[in-house]
Amino acid sequence: MTVEFVLFIALGAIAVIAALGMLLCSNAIYSALFLVVNFAVVATFYLLLGAPFIAMVQVTVYAGAIMVLFLFVIMLLGAERLRQPTHRLRWQQPLAIVLVLALLGFAGYVVATQVTGARPGALENAAAYGSPAAIGQLLFQEYLFPFEATSLLLLTAMVGVVVLTAVDERRRRGRRSRRL
Amino acid sequence: MIPTTYYLALSALLFSIGVVGVLVRRNAIIIFMAIELMLNSANLAFVAYAHEFGTLDGQIMVFFVMTVAAAEVAVGLALIVAIFRSKASIDVDQVNLLRG
Amino acid sequence: MFKLVPLILAFPLAGMLINTVFGRWLDEKRIGIVASVATAAAFVIAVLQIVALAGNHFHAETVLLADWITIGDMYLPWQMRVDTLSVTMMILVTGVGTLIHIYAIGYMHEDLRFARFFIYLNLFVIMMLVLVSGGNYLMLFVGWEGVGLCSYLLIGFWYDKGDDNVGNARAGRKAFVVNRVGDLGILIAMFLIFGAVGSLQFDDVLHFFEHHGAEVGGLATAITLLFLVGAAGKSAQIPFFVWLPDAMAGPTPVSALIHAATMVTAGIYMIARSAPIFSLAPVSQIAVALVGAGTAVMAGTIAVAQWDIKRVLAYSTISQLGFMVAAVGLGGYVAGMFHLLTHAFFKALLFLSAGSVIHGVEHGAAASESAARGVAGEDHSSGAHHPHCDAQDMRNMGGLKDRMKLTFWVYLVGAVALAGVFPLAGFWSKDEIMADAWQVGMVEGRWHGVAVYVLLTLAAIFTAFYMTRQVVMVFFGQPRSSAAEHATENPPTMTTPLIVLAVLSVLGGALNLPRVHTLGRWLEHTHHFFHGMDFNLSVALSSTVLTLAAIWLGVRVYHRCPLENATAPDQLQGVLGPVFNFFQGKWYVDELYAATIMRLYEWKARFLAFQVDWDFWHDFVHDRVIAAAFRGAAAALSGPVDKGGIDRFFDGLALLVRAFAVRILRPLQTGYVRNYALGVMLGVIAVLGMMLVN
Repeated sequence: MTVEFVLFIALGAIAVIAALGMLLCSNAIYSALFLVVNFAVVATFYLLLGAPFIAMVQVTVYAGAIMVLFLFVIMLLGAERLRQPTHRLRWQQPLAIVLVLALLGFAGYVVATQVTGARPGALENAAAYGSPAAIGQLLFQEYLFPFEATSLLLLTAMVGVVVLTAVDERRRRGRRSRRL
Repeated sequence: MIPTTYYLALSALLFSIGVVGVLVRRNAIIIFMAIELMLNSANLAFVAYAHEFGTLDGQIMVFFVMTVAAAEVAVGLALIVAIFRSKASIDVDQVNLLRG
Repeated sequence: MFKLVPLILAFPLAGMLINTVFGRWLDEKRIGIVASVATAAAFVIAVLQIVALAGNHFHAETVLLADWITIGDMYLPWQMRVDTLSVTMMILVTGVGTLIHIYAIGYMHEDLRFARFFIYLNLFVIMMLVLVSGGNYLMLFVGWEGVGLCSYLLIGFWYDKGDDNVGNARAGRKAFVVNRVGDLGILIAMFLIFGAVGSLQFDDVLHFFEHHGAEVGGLATAITLLFLVGAAGKSAQIPFFVWLPDAMAGPTPVSALIHAATMVTAGIYMIARSAPIFSLAPVSQIAVALVGAGTAVMAGTIAVAQWDIKRVLAYSTISQLGFMVAAVGLGGYVAGMFHLLTHAFFKALLFLSAGSVIHGVEHGAAASESAARGVAGEDHSSGAHHPHCDAQDMRNMGGLKDRMKLTFWVYLVGAVALAGVFPLAGFWSKDEIMADAWQVGMVEGRWHGVAVYVLLTLAAIFTAFYMTRQVVMVFFGQPRSSAAEHATENPPTMTTPLIVLAVLSVLGGALNLPRVHTLGRWLEHTHHFFHGMDFNLSVALSSTVLTLAAIWLGVRVYHRCPLENATAPDQLQGVLGPVFNFFQGKWYVDELYAATIMRLYEWKARFLAFQVDWDFWHDFVHDRVIAAAFRGAAAALSGPVDKGGIDRFFDGLALLVRAFAVRILRPLQTGYVRNYALGVMLGVIAVLGMMLVN
């Protein structure tokens, strides 16, 4: 019963509860906020796993950028409370739960039988392990091509977003205010 | 040290919750958030294994995953907005024109 | 030289083919010349065969044309035989045939089917030559059938004329069918021969019978009796003679060639050829002789009472054939062949002259009509049966000796020769037959010889009598019709052959004068049964006396009291009464056959045609059973099987697919994204499961 273990359990619980909260909330804003909590906890896990840079990136990008984006959109679209599920998809929910339980079962089976319960050994150079310098080293040398490709990907995404949300000024001049 | 399997179990659990969210919720944005949860759980597994093997490749992977997730979210939300403009609703059940 | 003998068939064949192919473009004269030259060339070949035989010590030679049937041991070749007997017949057929061809050019003038006539005539010559030159019984039979066919074709040559416009065709059919009955006899005889001997070659057969002698007497009797049936059919003996008088419906050259000189003698030739077999069957010989003699008398009586000029000659032919058959039945083969030759001369002469008379009377009829009415002459492409003046009826003739002088003289020659007056040809041949009969009857003391002698003497008396009657009726007295009054003589194409034949009739006796026996010694080389007969003076004298007496009687009856006009009854009618009617009715043989055999046959034919064929086969079996069964099967297949079964099956299959698509597949396409995601999830679980299991 080390501190780490207790910490792990506690944080893990928080993460799961936050995820469930995100799942079950009917209010979208609350769901988003729950997800932010989850991300923060996961960032903590990264720290525990000796990946400080990744932890920071998680907080910055995920919790900071992506979730903010989500919140913006929620507020833009006026996240409404949706009606009760239609009768057409009666089986959807039960079946989904069954399948997920199966998935969990498989995962549990794999984890229990095939993965060795090895504890990771101590790192040689704990300080420099997850440091930005080390990440940068790897990133710009071995993974340079994926890095550049990813930048291209981001460009594509930006263009796509602009195109998708572009309003045709000539045709929808009068509708924009009404719509929103 | 926490055994890697614990992290894996946690990752699996989070992933499952994300799957349920995708399958059950009808709000498009919530579905998106569940997808992000799934991606996040995968990231956790990557980092756990990177920590176990003492290499940084797993973390690099996570880095990229995050980047891609960001791009994907941007585009996806833009799509949702566009759909909302034409349908005035973000209920995915409304998008059923492919119905046979 | 012997190798030339196939040409004897080739020349007439060439003539026939030329006329067949080119006939429509050649004029009458050329067609006639082609046919006549072909036959004359065959005659030359026949003469050359005599030379060849003379150089070969008169021994027979065979010339193989081709193998016909070779099955196992059965070997039946196309083989020609050149021996004295066959050459004799060849000479006769081609010589007399050529003369008749020439005559026919004039006789058939302006006929519509001139070319066809000569084609048929040449075909007949070919077939007759095949018959006489054959080296085995099979070839003889082929020729036998062939001449039967040509006889049919030529009798019914004017097939659209005659009684009811089919009379001629009916006569042809009658000849063919009656001949066929006789042919059955020959066929069975041939089977018996082949069964016993294993070959049909004349040499083999005759050697077999000479070798085995009396032990095959029963077989020989059977064979020879069957031969008699065949000969009776072809040579018009009792009971098959009924076709020959009807055959007079054909043109006169046909009657002369086929039904006087050649075809009808085929039976006698065959018997002469088969002499060794006959010698082993005395029973058959008696039968043959009696049949011949009986026929001679019967036909003679009928001839006395006939009106038609050609009918008289027809029955005369039957009678004379009876003489020949009786001769060969008695073993007098030389006498029979001798009479065959002389009879050919004077009977052909008589027929052709009769044709000349008929032609002359027809011309006279046309002339008298045109004189009376100023109308153009009628066509005489038919048998000249004018409704008001039958040119063949002797009652319409009379006084023609002044109007048709040449015809009269040659006819007289022929009649005297037929009657058998010294020194014309008929005397020598007939008396040799009588001498044979005397020999068998009186000298050898066998009863059938006596019977034959008596019957033949009677027949000879009748012969002289009816010929006198005919000559007087036709040529003497006053013309009994305007046609006869205006009758004219015929052109040389017709009269020249008559003169030639008349000369032959006069001199023909030289062929076999007693003590010289030219023909006898000639024929002896074929087989030893041809032995000569010595001259019997008493027989000759007695027959001459009887003949002259008959002639005197005929003159008495017919010349002293001539018929006043065409409708008066015959002079003998009053004397003989019902007997005369019996003779005139041909002994009612045709009527007897019609009432018995024909009725039965027609009933059977009708039964087969209507009940068996039409009602049973056609209506029942075909329509009801087969057609209905088929229709039923087709309906069953199309209805229950096809529509009910197969269609339903495939319709059901399609419906099944449709149901599957509609009920199962379609609902899967919900259009909901979440559902599709669920599907993906399902797949993931499945794959994971599989991976875990493996």
